[in-house]
Amino acid sequence: MELGRKGRIGFVPPPPIDPTVEIDLPKELLRDEVELPGLSELQVVRHFVRLSQMNFSVDTGFYPLGSCTMKYNPKLNDRIASHPKVINAHPHQPHETVQGLLGILYDLSTMLASITGTEAVTTLPAAGAHAEFLGALMIRKYHAVNGDSNRNEMIVPDSAHGTNPASAQMAGFKVVKVSTDSRGLVDLEELKKLLGERTAGMMMTVPNTLGLFEKDVLTISKLVHEAGGLMYYDGANLNAIIGRVRPGDLGFDVVHLNIHKTFSTPHGGGGPGAGPLCVKAFLRDYLPTPLLAYDGKLYHWEQELPHSVGRVKSFWGNVGVLVRAYAYLLTLGPEGLKEISGLSVLSSNYLMKKLDPKYYSLPYAEGVPRKHEFVVSSKPLAKKGVKALNVAKAIIDEGQHAPTVYFPLIVDEALMIEPTETEPVEEIDRFANVVNEIGRKAIDDPEDVLKRPLFNSSGLLDDFKASHPMSLKLRWAPQGKQ
Amino acid sequence: MLKALGVNSIDELYADVPAEAFAKRPVDIPGPYTEMEIERIVEQKLSGDTTAPPSSCFLGGGAWPHYVPPAVQLISSRSEFYSSYTPYQPEASQGMLQALFEYQSLICDLTKMDAANASMYDWATAAAEAALMAIRVTGKKGIVVSRASGYDRRNAIRTYIEAAGGHMAEADFGPRTGLTDLSSLEVSADDTAAVYVEQPNFLGCVEEAVPEMAELAHRKKALFIVGAEPTSLGLLKAPGEYNADVVVGEGQPLGLPLSYGGPLLGVFAARGDLAFIRQMPGRIVGETTEKEGERRGYVLVLQSREQHIRRERATSNICTNQALMAVAAAAYLSLLGGDGLKALSRTICSNAHYAAKRVAELKGYTAPVFESKFYSEFAIAHVSSDLTGTDLFRRLSARGVFAALPLGWFYPEMSREALISVTEAHMKPDVDRLVGALGEVL
Repeated sequence: MELGRKGRIGFVPPPPIDPTVEIDLPKELLRDEVELPGLSELQVVRHFVRLSQMNFSVDTGFYPLGSCTMKYNPKLNDRIASHPKVINAHPHQPHETVQGLLGILYDLSTMLASITGTEAVTTLPAAGAHAEFLGALMIRKYHAVNGDSNRNEMIVPDSAHGTNPASAQMAGFKVVKVSTDSRGLVDLEELKKLLGERTAGMMMTVPNTLGLFEKDVLTISKLVHEAGGLMYYDGANLNAIIGRVRPGDLGFDVVHLNIHKTFSTPHGGGGPGAGPLCVKAFLRDYLPTPLLAYDGKLYHWEQELPHSVGRVKSFWGNVGVLVRAYAYLLTLGPEGLKEISGLSVLSSNYLMKKLDPKYYSLPYAEGVPRKHEFVVSSKPLAKKGVKALNVAKAIIDEGQHAPTVYFPLIVDEALMIEPTETEPVEEIDRFANVVNEIGRKAIDDPEDVLKRPLFNSSGLLDDFKASHPMSLKLRWAPQGKQ
Repeated sequence: MLKALGVNSIDELYADVPAEAFAKRPVDIPGPYTEMEIERIVEQKLSGDTTAPPSSCFLGGGAWPHYVPPAVQLISSRSEFYSSYTPYQPEASQGMLQALFEYQSLICDLTKMDAANASMYDWATAAAEAALMAIRVTGKKGIVVSRASGYDRRNAIRTYIEAAGGHMAEADFGPRTGLTDLSSLEVSADDTAAVYVEQPNFLGCVEEAVPEMAELAHRKKALFIVGAEPTSLGLLKAPGEYNADVVVGEGQPLGLPLSYGGPLLGVFAARGDLAFIRQMPGRIVGETTEKEGERRGYVLVLQSREQHIRRERATSNICTNQALMAVAAAAYLSLLGGDGLKALSRTICSNAHYAAKRVAELKGYTAPVFESKFYSEFAIAHVSSDLTGTDLFRRLSARGVFAALPLGWFYPEMSREALISVTEAHMKPDVDRLVGALGEVL
């Protein structure tokens, strides 16, 4: 951008159809100057291609970021999503003219209902957190409609993703935290004490963020339901159990899925994602509007539902993302689904076993198999001054992406690792060797680990300086202005 | 791998899962199919759809047909960008971070604001989050929204703020002017957290009194939030120039295909002292240097506002956003530059006026319906018959022209009016076809 010059242009818009037509706008609202840098097409392409080369991605290397399910994104799905009848469809086009596209979304919804053990699905939410907010709102509305407005508490385990308490709070709930016990699971006794006539519901991630299956979940659902609350399933970790265990069968009433995790759609460097919300039949009327429906002849958007929480976004959801998930599911079939969960769990336990406990300790539940991800602590390295962050930076120096660090919050110096089912065993071995070698070095030569990263597109960056308001946008002056 | 773990089967790794938790039957989905079969299945399904290229589409109302330059498509298809996660490890993600930082900077220049975030889901959620931010900043609960704003935006604002104990009031617009009625903007010093107005508004009309609205809001210690269509900012004053506090908008016109309305790009920018910026939702990228050295670098900043750190006290729950769309928009704006954006804006506005003139020449049609200035969208109506907006819409689409979005869907009192949207993607033969079809549908 700082290369910008006046008069240079990278894309020349077409001229007006009739240049004699006068533009008629209020004089006092006309803009004098549009200060954007002028660049040629070559400069722009070169710049962004170079930036892309300075970016780690699944297509360039192993990306074991815990709870993010960075599996490979099959290229077929991109081709499907770039079909002209997908990308050119206008959201206000009459529904009769997009029956094929709506049929795909409807079939996808049906498949997601079957996978989650639920009966009604909306593909509207743009992301997992968006769905959480809407799901929490639905729970609130459900109690209000049932004359139970005093239920204002949402129970959230202390191991939960940060979006859970944030979404519950946005939906107007008081967040009540339940602890993790020594098994690494929800503390049942504490939960019993928290339940009561204020309980609106409970949000849970199964398996939880330690990678442990919440084996009391059926009891928990029963207790929460008996207390009058509803159960919410955070789908971030569905990859561990897909095709084998269905959240609906575990007693969950509201379930969200992360299409950009479990269903292999690319994460786009932060987005777009999609977060379908799948619910039991008794909650259908509470779903946000519009809702895709089929009347036996035509697919159409149902604009009103009796108890709907209302409108929550522009148009009908991240369709370009959802059609990728449709293609993905057709590639897998029912047995394929079982295979991805199985292989993700196998990879994760295999990698966990390979990490040297001298350097990385395993908090909670020794001997219990983890699911698709696991959490170790780099605490054994702390005596040498090496922290989880240093380990992460040393890993990226070795050409692999770091795990999620300092999460879940209940583990000190946490490294949360999720290899996914798509990595070959050689990659997993290589990663294990790299991480063990960093552990060894941290003990023998901690200085070497502490100065990382050395070989990336930048050295260790100063977070503090960047938070100054002057650092939030580029200050540039056009060159060659005459 | 199984041997290394000392187990005989994958099922043993699920030994801790209670037997009654497993699904009784396999999941009921079709497949597996081969890649070629899937392409055919999709082709077959889409074969009946009559979706046409942007040139035959004159629908707007929140997403607009535009030309996407091939360079933008190339840049957003770089798999190093699209197959990466949120840049939590900045040293391995400088490319994405710098691209997002440039996006933020370009949005700031475009809107003349001080700080932009790295994207929201879409315009509606950006507007809703702006309203929530106003409630946090002012400690007041009321949001006054112009009824001339988009239906999805008005309703998303309502859903979001009511969840936070806020309430919304709608200010009416003049039935002849299509402009927000200044006298119906009931702003109270005790209650109003913000006034929300769109420029141009949903009816296509350019709100002339935005400076007065800003002043009115500020006099009552309320924020002024503007929802702006980004390409219009090549011609129209930037909201920062008439003292908007927060600017939101739909970034789709900046190089994104329609994709049936998603993924979109929620633009969010604010004026900025740090106290104000600290209340912003979403990811923000900042510029810094290496700890040891002078080389520039980029990192996610002010993360202590966000859900993964602040949990139930976060400014927003947003985690996944629309980053790839922001990269596309940055590429698009970089290609255009200031001169290009001005030229684009002029073409769009001129083409819209050309089309309006042509429709007005048709017997029985009024175009534009509203007595005010417009940018790219204008309302039409057939006055000498009882043809409703929906009739027009359906009959045109049967002729392969997607146009005339019925305003009656959003405003019950406007059963006859329909909205036409014209952009740079339309050439003379396209407008000829639209006008021809409008002539035929009677």
